[in-house]
Amino acid sequence: MAGSGKAHLRDRDDILLSVEDLTVEFPVGGGRKVYAVSGISFDIAKGETLGLVGESGCGKSTTGRAILQLPKPTGGSVKLKDIELTNLENEDMRARRTDLQMIFQDPISSLNPRRKIGEVVAEPLEVWGPSDKDEQWEIVSKMLDAVGINPDVAREKRPHEFSGGQCQRISIARSLVMEPEVIICDEPVSALDVSVQAQILNMLEDLKAQYGLTLVFIAHDLAVVKNISDRVAVMYLGKMCEMSGSDELYAHPAHPYTKLLLSSSPIPDPLVVIDNSMLTDGELPSPMAPPSGCRFRTRCPLADEICERAEPQMRRVNDDHYVACHHPLVEVDEVEVSLS
Amino acid sequence: MTEPSPSRTISNSPSSDPLLVVEDLKTHFEIEAGMVKAVDGVSFTLERGKTLGIVGESGSGKTVLSRSIMRLNIAPNVHTSGSVKYDGEELLGKSSREMQDYWGAEMAMVFQDPMTSLNPVVKIGRQLTEHVRYHMKVSKKEARLQGIESLRSVRIPEPEERFDVYPHEMSGGMRQRVCIASALACGPKMLFADEPTTALDVTVQHQILNLLQTQQKDRFMTMILVTHDLGVVAGRTDDIAVMYAGRIVEKASTRQLFAGMRHPYTEALLRSIPKASNPSHTRLSAIAGRPPDLINPPQGCKFSPRCPYAQDRCREEEPQIQADSAPGHEFACHFPVGTPENKAAFEKNMADGNPATLAASGQITATEELSSEGVTL
Repeated sequence: MAGSGKAHLRDRDDILLSVEDLTVEFPVGGGRKVYAVSGISFDIAKGETLGLVGESGCGKSTTGRAILQLPKPTGGSVKLKDIELTNLENEDMRARRTDLQMIFQDPISSLNPRRKIGEVVAEPLEVWGPSDKDEQWEIVSKMLDAVGINPDVAREKRPHEFSGGQCQRISIARSLVMEPEVIICDEPVSALDVSVQAQILNMLEDLKAQYGLTLVFIAHDLAVVKNISDRVAVMYLGKMCEMSGSDELYAHPAHPYTKLLLSSSPIPDPLVVIDNSMLTDGELPSPMAPPSGCRFRTRCPLADEICERAEPQMRRVNDDHYVACHHPLVEVDEVEVSLS
Repeated sequence: MTEPSPSRTISNSPSSDPLLVVEDLKTHFEIEAGMVKAVDGVSFTLERGKTLGIVGESGSGKTVLSRSIMRLNIAPNVHTSGSVKYDGEELLGKSSREMQDYWGAEMAMVFQDPMTSLNPVVKIGRQLTEHVRYHMKVSKKEARLQGIESLRSVRIPEPEERFDVYPHEMSGGMRQRVCIASALACGPKMLFADEPTTALDVTVQHQILNLLQTQQKDRFMTMILVTHDLGVVAGRTDDIAVMYAGRIVEKASTRQLFAGMRHPYTEALLRSIPKASNPSHTRLSAIAGRPPDLINPPQGCKFSPRCPYAQDRCREEEPQIQADSAPGHEFACHFPVGTPENKAAFEKNMADGNPATLAASGQITATEELSSEGVTL
């Protein structure tokens, strides 16, 4: 499987989660497949926040779920510390998921509407935690308190009695009760109003510092991703385009797709001139028949014949910045291009 | 295709009068729990050819406002009062039947969700030409040609083929283009775009906003762009009205608003957005609390429970909209941003430990509960 290279992987002792050549394909009948994720690699050090950003259909949510083995990826490796998750039996993986938790986009539908908040948050403990109800409640109330929900008021209430922002706080409390190592946040703030979004983002930063969490933060809003992430991976149609420290990425985007995303996000300042330089009329191709070579070429203003023939490999811009593009917007190290 | 409809009764003389004059518009919904005051006294004037951005959080009344102007929410439990004058004609007394002469031909709307605003079992072409045939009284064949032309004008590739497909065969961005083509098909003078890009990816959003802007310029249309995203309105509008709890709390030209906002809610809204120009991990300035209950709104200024500058006066007396020194700039606040009174109010609240003030200054973490203890981690 032709990947996009692994030059950007780091050799460090504190790597908590490492993903190599991750591939996820979904059969859709008639022998056809959706190529949702096609050979991406990244690593996350302990305490880091990795942002995954891209348009809908780029495979960012699938990547998040594949880390949790939900469903098991088609190929590649997912390592949590030294444990290879893709080789685990289902029952072992179930136990391992206590270290890996997930927060979803829609806070209201991710809580069971018929159960009380006290039960919803205690559910992971029912399976894996202390069996004593008082001990469970002690943990639950501590976590509800940590997310800014009054535990005694919330205990007997049901999800519909809370706003979207409060439900998201409750989801976060539920993900914290197992004291996970990694939390995968899949668009956790995109359904919320900006004022509540800011509350949740600030809270995630605080919780991360307090509990030493490592986060994978999946979102489509570039400003949100930059705000919370240490490093950002830009994805397009199942491939990784660029990986960089977040300040560096926004200051010096190297991939034309990153530049397109940045210049498309609306800036709340009327004096900023709207930048149409990267905009083409192209549409997102079908993930069932991704373009050859560089998958972005059909929408790229810089694409030429090499982009059609050869898949770009990850190349180094600097130690904190890698890009997979034949025509990067900044200077990169040369590597040999193998024609397919 | 922009010929005036024969069924239209109002005058079409080009004039310098404003196209839309809204005065003290109120829309209240009667429900079991009480009266929801969704729009509660909105007045504004919109000049021809201009774009007004209406900004606010969910529940601020921005969508109900635009639907009320178009008379799209007529029902026994909806109580609308005030005045909406469109091109000199009062709309509020009109029935749905009378409004049909306006919908599509005079004013049209592009909705948020392109998935649900098209009928999934009717081909694109018929949805695009139904109202054209009604208003323009053209033959089926002529309508088809016009429909294809309008698909081309919104830059849909292969318009002849796309005319005969169902909505599910198109992407979200393409569907929104169809909705825009449909809204523009009868050449309306006034376009309402209600969160037209919220369901779309940023790159598609950029294309759609560009499309709306060029169509508006080419046709000299008047537009109301409703959105929750200050970024979207910043680059695309002439004027902005900020709504909170059913009222306009601040209105100004777009440049003036961003250069010198006076209302604490506008300021708080802008501060709470993460900005790509700030370094990562910049602490966001969140607004404490949450939007008010529209059945039992707080006394006085409806923003006062969340406002870092609120004083006793704000909790008792609702501020009326007043003109600022800058022309066209209006706001409704007793302690407007940038005044010495505002500064004094902030310092007093800091000293008193007002939770909204402490949250705004980052001393405590903002939550949706506004208790005096705040929440500490």
